[in-house]
Amino acid sequence: MSRRILAAAALAATTLGLAGPAQAQQRIQFEFWYGLTGRLGEIMEEHCKRFNDSQTKYEAKCVGQGGYDKAEQNTIAAFRSKQHPTLVQIYDAGTVNFMLSGATYNAPDLARDFNMKIDWSGYFPGIANYYATSKGQMWSFPYNSSTALLYWNKDAWAKIGKTKAPETIEEWWDDVRAMKKAGVECGFAFDYDTWMPLEQFSAIHNLPIATKNNGYDGLDAEVMFNKTKFADYMKDWKKLLDEGVARIQTAQTGKTILQAFTDGSCASMLSSVANHGVVGSTAKPGLNWGVAKLPVYKDFKRHNSLVGGASLWILQGKSKPQYEAAAAYIQFLLQPKEEQWFADVTGYIPVTQAGYKAMVDAGFYADPKRQGREIAIESLTFTPPTAVSRGIRLGNFTQIRAEIRSELEAAFTGKKDVQTALDDAAQRSNQILRRFEQTFKGKQLP
Amino acid sequence: MDRRATFDNLWLAGALVAPQILLVVVFFYWPTMQALYWAFSTQPPFGGTNQWVGWQNFEQIFSDAVYWNSVRVSIVFAILSTALSIGMALLLALMIDRQLAGHKAYRFVYFWPYAIAAPAVGLAFRFIFAPDAGFVSAINQLAPNLWNPALKGWDAMLLIVIANSWKMMAYNFIFFLAALQSIPRSLVEAAAMDGSGVLRRARDIQIPLLAPTLFFLLVINITESFVDSFGIVDITTGGGPARATDLMVFKIYSDGFKGLDYSMAAAQSIVLMLLVIGLTFVQFRYVEKRVHYA
Repeated sequence: MSRRILAAAALAATTLGLAGPAQAQQRIQFEFWYGLTGRLGEIMEEHCKRFNDSQTKYEAKCVGQGGYDKAEQNTIAAFRSKQHPTLVQIYDAGTVNFMLSGATYNAPDLARDFNMKIDWSGYFPGIANYYATSKGQMWSFPYNSSTALLYWNKDAWAKIGKTKAPETIEEWWDDVRAMKKAGVECGFAFDYDTWMPLEQFSAIHNLPIATKNNGYDGLDAEVMFNKTKFADYMKDWKKLLDEGVARIQTAQTGKTILQAFTDGSCASMLSSVANHGVVGSTAKPGLNWGVAKLPVYKDFKRHNSLVGGASLWILQGKSKPQYEAAAAYIQFLLQPKEEQWFADVTGYIPVTQAGYKAMVDAGFYADPKRQGREIAIESLTFTPPTAVSRGIRLGNFTQIRAEIRSELEAAFTGKKDVQTALDDAAQRSNQILRRFEQTFKGKQLP
Repeated sequence: MDRRATFDNLWLAGALVAPQILLVVVFFYWPTMQALYWAFSTQPPFGGTNQWVGWQNFEQIFSDAVYWNSVRVSIVFAILSTALSIGMALLLALMIDRQLAGHKAYRFVYFWPYAIAAPAVGLAFRFIFAPDAGFVSAINQLAPNLWNPALKGWDAMLLIVIANSWKMMAYNFIFFLAALQSIPRSLVEAAAMDGSGVLRRARDIQIPLLAPTLFFLLVINITESFVDSFGIVDITTGGGPARATDLMVFKIYSDGFKGLDYSMAAAQSIVLMLLVIGLTFVQFRYVEKRVHYA
């Protein structure tokens, strides 16, 4: 008896199971892997759903990988065993690995083969330059794009009688110290992420991170961040930490910089504009905050900041219909309407000038909820990109970031003096670069 | 007279062992050979043509201070977590064996931690020991900055030792309890009648009779702490602060999968394998001599 019931149940399950795919099979499916997590990861999912609901021909299967770095690692592992997706979101730092991989179906080829309507010159130059090859072509499609901003707590600044965010770094430090006297325990929260202090800082000060124009001119570049103003910047951070006016906030201490800022315990932080939406929705009630362009040292002229975020790469070894579907997906994302939706729910900036213009015309940035987001565009386009404010193209940059991070940990916890730590980080970074050069012997940056 | 057991039907014997051999080949020898090949060449991240580089990968590893740091950290971790997990497990097993009140429930519950995946253990301990927000943050209320694994290397080390021992303790506990229960009651009772107390009985009768189990657990725990501690480190400390918890196995992961330098990671895993084989050999050669199997 029970066996018969089981058999019936199994049969029912099979039929039901078959019914699902059978219907979907009429649509062309392709896989898209993304790296964003948390609320931003959910938005990736929603973006996919919007695409699937907008037409009936294609179906995007979107799979979160639990982090940008994991998305890259998993894609590489999957590619090696031929289980890779058609489309993948790869963060800025992974660009060079993919350019040299020989595993990609490059954006211009896809656009040509599937008659995509792409206005290559319509991308913001700051974004296009970052991802472009030496011949000025982008091999991937810029997707979620951001830049770093200063988030500041207006109430804390009001205690020292100021209503404007600091313009220069010197002014910022003075404010932080003054706020301490006025009873603000933590004027500035930071962690060991190098994106803000090293990469963005160097761009807006027009300082090189590495020789050969930050690596764009060849794989034999060497890092030099330990010899620039960046070293002084880090020494300043350490000094603030020692004075007890700034704090390190990481997941390990219990609160990230974002949480420390949104609960009002720290008065400023450097973070991506992508978090604008998150700060708005998680800030404790009544928190009066704003964003501003990153402060610069007063002896320096401000330059454009760097684009951060990720681009979409198409991988080889898939079928023609799948590429067609991926092309349709990218085309869908580039519609001004979609750009606006995406920018609205996240804080990311539109990647095309047309998208941006449409949003300005529609009064998008006039809404108080989004106040300040246009500052990201302003920061990104402050000057035309120079040879070094254009971006960074160093092999295995993820690992270089990790080395700097480790050494900054040593410096901020007092194990090493800041300059020694940065010299060690530079030396280890150069080892990584030589190693990368050796692994890709005979290959050249496109 | 030759008393060795022989097996005439070689084909049948072969067929019977084949599945096991196949498993070992596929999951051990094949990957090991692959790693060996990578260790002597450079393997591009996306696959493709390796270049033979001879001993270069090994030379680079051994001349790297950061690598030696990870060896040192691994040894400290192995000693501390083995001592803590075996010590605690022994203590708990002795108490349960005395059938103290509620021992049935405890016997059941003590094994649970081993069934929890390492990342989950890591997440729980990260929360408990978070200096700003965790349960242990009360310590920092009394003595500011006494406990901060995000900044202090030893605190971070202690954190992963405790997390790992908590998990391994459960495993050790079961073995100790089983071994204790196989000690004849009459021995313990005789000692009790002669007037020896609980501690004396444990020291002179129970623990010596546990020697084979102790030895087995020593080998297992040391091996585990070298090769299987990745999940906890990844979640709680990420190898930091300033590489204070950068265990060898974690470094292999970060060089290989984060750094995409598969060859360097392969070379390191070969070294780790040799180290674990070496340690196990030493234990069998020298420590086992002191063990009496009943």
